[in-house]
Amino acid sequence: MEEREFTQEMKPPAHTKSPARWLKDNLFNTWYNVLLSCLVLVVLFFVFKVLLTWAFTEAKWGVIPANLQLFGVGSYPREQIWRVWSVIYIFCVLVGLSAGIWGALTLRFALVLGGIWFIGALSPFELSTRGWFLGAVATTVVSLLLGRGRTNLRPWILGGWLLSFPLIMIVLRGFGENGVLTSNWGGLLLTLILAVVGIVVSFPLGVFLALCRQSDLPAIRWISTAYIEAVRGVPLITILFMGNILVPIFMPGLDINQVLRMMLGITFFSAAYMAENVRGGLQGIPRGQHEAAQAVGLNYVQTMLFIVLPQALRSVIPAIVGQFIALFKDTSLVAIIGLIDLLGVARSVIANPDWFGLQAEVYLFAAIIYFIFSYSMSYGSQEIETALGVGEH
Amino acid sequence: MAGHENAPNDPIIICEDVHKWFDDFHVLRGITTSFQTGERAVICGPSGSGKSTFIRTLNRLEEHQRGTIIVDGVELSDDLRNINLIRQEVGMVFQQFNLFPHLSNLQNITLGPIRVRKMTKSEAEEIALSLLERVDIADQAYKYPSEISGGQQQRVAIARALAMEPKIMLFDEPTSALDPEMITEVLDVMRELARSGMTMLVVTHEMGFAREVADRILFFDEGAIVEDAAPADFFDNPQHERTKLFISQTLQH
Ligand SMILES: Nc1ncnc2c1ncn2[C@@H]1O[C@H](COP(=O)(O)OP(=O)(O)O)[C@@H](O)[C@H]1O
Ligand SMILES: [Mg+2]
Repeated sequence: MEEREFTQEMKPPAHTKSPARWLKDNLFNTWYNVLLSCLVLVVLFFVFKVLLTWAFTEAKWGVIPANLQLFGVGSYPREQIWRVWSVIYIFCVLVGLSAGIWGALTLRFALVLGGIWFIGALSPFELSTRGWFLGAVATTVVSLLLGRGRTNLRPWILGGWLLSFPLIMIVLRGFGENGVLTSNWGGLLLTLILAVVGIVVSFPLGVFLALCRQSDLPAIRWISTAYIEAVRGVPLITILFMGNILVPIFMPGLDINQVLRMMLGITFFSAAYMAENVRGGLQGIPRGQHEAAQAVGLNYVQTMLFIVLPQALRSVIPAIVGQFIALFKDTSLVAIIGLIDLLGVARSVIANPDWFGLQAEVYLFAAIIYFIFSYSMSYGSQEIETALGVGEH
Repeated sequence: MAGHENAPNDPIIICEDVHKWFDDFHVLRGITTSFQTGERAVICGPSGSGKSTFIRTLNRLEEHQRGTIIVDGVELSDDLRNINLIRQEVGMVFQQFNLFPHLSNLQNITLGPIRVRKMTKSEAEEIALSLLERVDIADQAYKYPSEISGGQQQRVAIARALAMEPKIMLFDEPTSALDPEMITEVLDVMRELARSGMTMLVVTHEMGFAREVADRILFFDEGAIVEDAAPADFFDNPQHERTKLFISQTLQH
């Protein structure tokens, strides 16, 4: 009998289980798990019952569609809204071309994006808005088809992504009186701008700081350590306050606009954390890797670029993406400074007497938007890890 | 410069009174020796005697603090240009292979030629594939280091070093981390390399290999060269007590 049990154990585990079997194995396998599961189910039932009853009977969701443009772009002028759509179209072109050229993950991203535009086009918006959405679908699809198989375009597309940042800023701002002052940028648009700029700039800055912290030159090491520790010792909100109040007081000649000051604050703050994450990855690379690279004749920059950083960054993707997500959510602190980002819009809508007492609806909506973006980043990071074969070789 | 390789009085490596300290610890205590082009030298000695440190000073993975080292006519100093020049002329094979795990075996080999020798990708791949053929694992080119055996990894590492077309090859206990059944395949590759006329400095305890391949055996003890002789003299007529003890201990098993 012993032997029989042994041979049974040697079988590979079944790949699929019936739902009933899964429930039994995972939730009801011992008496205390049965008890816990029942308790959790009861609690969940009541929470959902209350929540759903509220959502379908009491909640006044009318506040959301009535203010959708406000949530989307804040007080960005209506007649200039084509600027925002232009930016979206630039993005669609780049995503489409990348998807056509690289395929895999980028392709799936492009398809999801196209799907979202398509849903937008079918939704009961104004006709012009639906037209813009339809255009976005077309732009994405056409770029995708144009990019298909054109691997020789890769460096151009990468260059295009880099160039797109200043281009997007210029399109959104326009020039002089005819443009849109940054003080009118708001809503999700402002949240995304702050987050994307923060992420894109703080990442290389963080890598640079981490490398400096490991430098053989004491002065460089000391300066970067001091910077990292100083920033990490201060809450982001104080840095934003400093940017908001102290900079204009102490450097009155320096007339930097408020959005830019917040961008700088968020970026410099995030870079310090990014540096520590990257340092963790750098420390995990054995000395033999540096030595082998040197023995082959690679110089310092080449060793870092081709040997050390690819391995180090790969091993800390979860931590880095965690920092991206934290940064994305932390942009909401600019609402305290007085910028009208997504959270700022939520607060101003609630303060409007027309929508009195609808805090729950408005904040829940804002929370769902934050969640969708944060979770997408988290999901993307797992996909990237799988694609890079982290932990395999 | 015909017959340059065999010019007898033309050492490719010259060491003059080389000293090195790790903090207060005196690792190399006045190494004076030289190696001819095409010479095959085996370095042995007890663990901790400074063998690795010595050959690592030759491509400046370690800095020496006193004395002079001249490799292929270039003195090793803080001058970065000299160091990079020397590292292109000196290939190194490590005990732990130190392959780059995120690159395929082929990419491990082509990286140096592409980035340092500025070859095109296709030139470098052609060379890499012929080298993989030479070390007898052409079929593993597109796998990753983690997907092949230790013996195969070490052969990729040898191919990686050879791809830079070095004048000198340094081996630091290339078979010590290998399972016994894989030692032969690596030693075979090294024998073939020796036959091709490569200048080789090999730290190893494989005495059979030393007797068969080496022109010279250097015995290190406490940071100094204690014995320096042709294999026949070294094994049959050692001059120093420490050498005798070492040989008897090593040959016992
Ligand atoms: N980076 C280092 N820092 C401090 N001590 C070291 C370092 N590398 C080697 N040593 C010491 O130097 C001595 C010689 O080391 P090594 O050259 O590796 O010896 P071998 O290769 O002959 O076994 C050993 O005592 C070792 O502990
Ligand atoms: Mg050693």
